Parts: sequence; C-alpha cells; structure tokens
Amino acid sequence: MADREYAYYSGCSLEGTAVEYDMSMREVFKALGLTLREPEDWSCCGSTPAHTVDHVFAAALAARNLSIIEKMGTQTVTVPCPSCLSAFKRAHLGMTGDESFKEKVNDLLDEPYNGGVNPKSTLQIMVEDIGLEAVGNKVTHALPDLVVAPYYGCILTRPPEIAQFDDPENPMSMDNILEAVGVRVSPFAFKLECCGAAFGVPKREMVNQLSSKVLSMAIDSGANCIAVACPLCQQNLDLRQSQVNSTMGTNFNIPILYFSQIVGLTYGLSPKALGLDKLIVSADHIVRSRITVQEMEQRKQAEIEKEKAAKAKPKKDEIKAEET
Amino acid sequence: MDALNLSTSIDWAFIDKVAEESGGTPSLCYQCGNCTAGCPYTHYFDYPVSQVMRLLQMGQKETILSSKAIWLCATCETCTTRCPCEIDVAKIMDTLRIIARRENKISEKDVKLFYDSFLESMKAHGRLFEMGTLMAYNLKSGHFLADAELGPKVMQKGKVSLFPKNIVGKDKVAKIFTRFQEKAKKHG
Repeated sequence: MADREYAYYSGCSLEGTAVEYDMSMREVFKALGLTLREPEDWSCCGSTPAHTVDHVFAAALAARNLSIIEKMGTQTVTVPCPSCLSAFKRAHLGMTGDESFKEKVNDLLDEPYNGGVNPKSTLQIMVEDIGLEAVGNKVTHALPDLVVAPYYGCILTRPPEIAQFDDPENPMSMDNILEAVGVRVSPFAFKLECCGAAFGVPKREMVNQLSSKVLSMAIDSGANCIAVACPLCQQNLDLRQSQVNSTMGTNFNIPILYFSQIVGLTYGLSPKALGLDKLIVSADHIVRSRITVQEMEQRKQAEIEKEKAAKAKPKKDEIKAEET
Repeated sequence: MDALNLSTSIDWAFIDKVAEESGGTPSLCYQCGNCTAGCPYTHYFDYPVSQVMRLLQMGQKETILSSKAIWLCATCETCTTRCPCEIDVAKIMDTLRIIARRENKISEKDVKLFYDSFLESMKAHGRLFEMGTLMAYNLKSGHFLADAELGPKVMQKGKVSLFPKNIVGKDKVAKIFTRFQEKAKKHG
C-alpha cells in the first residue's frame, strides 16, 4: 500500500489521561504506512460542555481547527476521540448544509472555515481507506488466550446522520479489525451502552453504576479484556474500576485496552511504545501471553497431532478388549 | 405530576422557540416511548425523555426548564437513533438545556459547574488543562476531595500534567468566547 497522508487531530485528553491512545495510534498508523500531520497550534474542540452553551458557539470552537486543517491542504483529518470527531462532524455538516449557520459560525472566527475538510474516525480510516486485508497483513504475533469485548461507546456511530459510518445499533468495524489481526472477539451485547460519559466528576455514582453494567456484561460475554476507542470510556472503565468495585461491591479486574494497543501488540510492537504500562488495571498477562505467529502455528499443529493420537488410542484399547 | 390546566399554562412561544432553535419537529412525537426505553439515564431522570417531549408539546416551559432530566442527559444519542418519527430528541434535550442556562434555571448545579470549569480552562489555555479543571471544580463546588484518590494513580503513570500547556493562539480561542458573549448580549 502506498503511503498516505492525513491530518491527525489528537485532542486534549490524548495529551493527558489518554496518552497511551495517542502513542499506540501513531505506532499502528506508522506500521500501516500512513503519514500523520498534526495541525499547527490546534485548540480544544469544545466537547460536551460547549454544546450545553450554544450550537453556534460549539461549532465555532471546533471550526477553528477545521479552518487550520483546511489551510494545510490535507483533505481528510483523522480523529481518535469520538467526542472531538462528533464536534467536528457537527460543525462541518452544519456549515456545509446551512449557509446562515455557516455565516454565524464564521462571524465568531478569525479565519473562516469553508467546508473543505472530511473528518473521519481512526476506525473508519482503517476499515475504509486501509482495508481489513492490509490491516491483517502486518500481523506477526498472536494473543492466543485473549477474548476481547469490543466496546464502541455512544457517539462513535451515532446518530447515523452525523456519524455516517458503521451501524448505529450493531457496529462491527472494531470487531472486524480485531478479527483481522487474529484476536478472538466475544458476542458483546453492550457495545453501545453508555458508560456514564462526562459525568465522572459531578455525578460519580451514576458513572459507577452504568460502568459496572458494561464491565459485568463484558465478563458474562466470555471476554477477559475490553477494547475501547474513546478516552472517556477508557477512563470510566479503567481508572474508575476501583471506584466501581468499592461503591458497587464488585470485584472487577479486567484490563481496558485501546483497540490500537491490541492491534499494535499483534504487529509485534513494543508494549512500552504502545503505552501499556500507562493502564491502571494491569494488562501484563496479556503482554506475557503474546507469541509469534510461527509459535502459534506450531501450537496448533501440536494440538492437531495430540487429537489424532487421542483418537488412535481407543482403537488399540478396543483391539485389546477384543483379544481378551 | 399534578393536574395541569392547559387553558392557562400553555406557552406557545416556548414551543415555537424550541422547534426553531433545535431545527426539529417535536409535534411529530406520538409518545411511543422508544426513547425512554433505550435511555440509559431514565432511572436518574425526574421526567423520562418521552414525558419531556409531551410536556414540550403542551408548552410546559417552567416544568421542563426546572427539570433535572435536561441536565442529566448525556447526549448519548440513543433516543435520536431510535425515534420512529426521526425526531432529533437529543438535540431537543440539548436545546432545552441551552435555554435553561440562558434563563439561569439550573437544577443540577454541579453538572453545570463542571462544564463551566472545563470551558474556563479552555478559554484560558486554548486546550483543556485536565488537572486545573478538576481543581477549579472541586474548589467551586465545595467537593474539595472529589476524585482525590485517583490523583496518585494517574500521576504515577505520568498521565497528568501539573501545569497548563498554553497554545500560541490561546487569545484567538478566547476571542471566540468574547465574540459569542457580545453577540448573545446584543440579541438579549
């Protein structure tokens, strides 16, 4: 696959509490031959707080960044955080679909946004632009003991008119990527159920209750790890897992990895470079269970032979029984 | 809920205003309850979202703007995704919250305070300063030790900065705030 260039808007949390999402996403995209260009002096997208104030104001905070990206001459911006992505998509679709809205937003900006940028999630880039086959071709390692519950969170694929990607009720992009890199995926019924979103600080008990349902359903689905694509979901499920345990009387100890960290592990990338040591609930056993694809093949072969031997053995017993 | 006298309590202008600002058509709602059935927050709401929609059709401005529901909606978009009438329910909830904010009717003060701390941090630095936002919230809300036990965990992992990172164009971001406030003042 030829090298491709994208604008890459990481967003505020990927410089802080979600730094491992940024580290692993950059590593994986590099392995896939993508060149990422960071928009110069980007600012916060406004996220949830801005749209509780005013829709034009919220769009302007996002559009300041779209205007910077537009000037870079790069058509597509890829955005790992669903909240940033949603802010960008709303601003972009609002401004390209409604001339008076565009005017009102641009009135708040120094540099206008003219509608020339296409915001896409990192999952969308991997599925649509790179393709599952190319994603799978880079795999050098296997994680044989891992069963992953893919957790999309609320707004990555919703509402469909804004997200314009994947299925709003049963998304499969993360499932398909994880399966393409050889990871086992569990049938997880809560892939879209809300974790409590931005209420972690002001309404902690709500987040603890909602997150506990997500964690418990993931375990019931047979998973021993949850894959996420959202910094807030990760924070609520990983950092707050101890709070969930103490307030809900549970005993969860399930690692919450960004999907990019899991993909990176199958590409043989170093756990340190993928920020695995940044997780609060340890994923060390997942890293330790990693083997090369050749070893995996040998294991499979050995298993097949063992099965053959087991099938052959009763025959001998049968013969003996006949003899006596 | 108490009995309503609709001949005296319907605020027609409010119905029109919400429809206009949200760009939606709340009148299409026929109370099927699909939004409420899917809402992960309905357990915490004083009025389930389908009832908020009905109250809106009946122009019950005061009841809606003082409800907890409009502040406890997380904009998860389940309602919008599942509405058979294709009403953007989440955007209507968002619009109601915006109007409540404008009219200074804040039923969930901590939620608003957290959003405000976030925006103030953004206005000051251009990007979100996570630690500063939490500290500002804790001081203003009086919940001085909210999430204090998580601090050492994230610090140990090198995931939070103790100092803000100011972007070069932070003044340009702040200008978006001031321009918006000036325009809002002008239009009342």
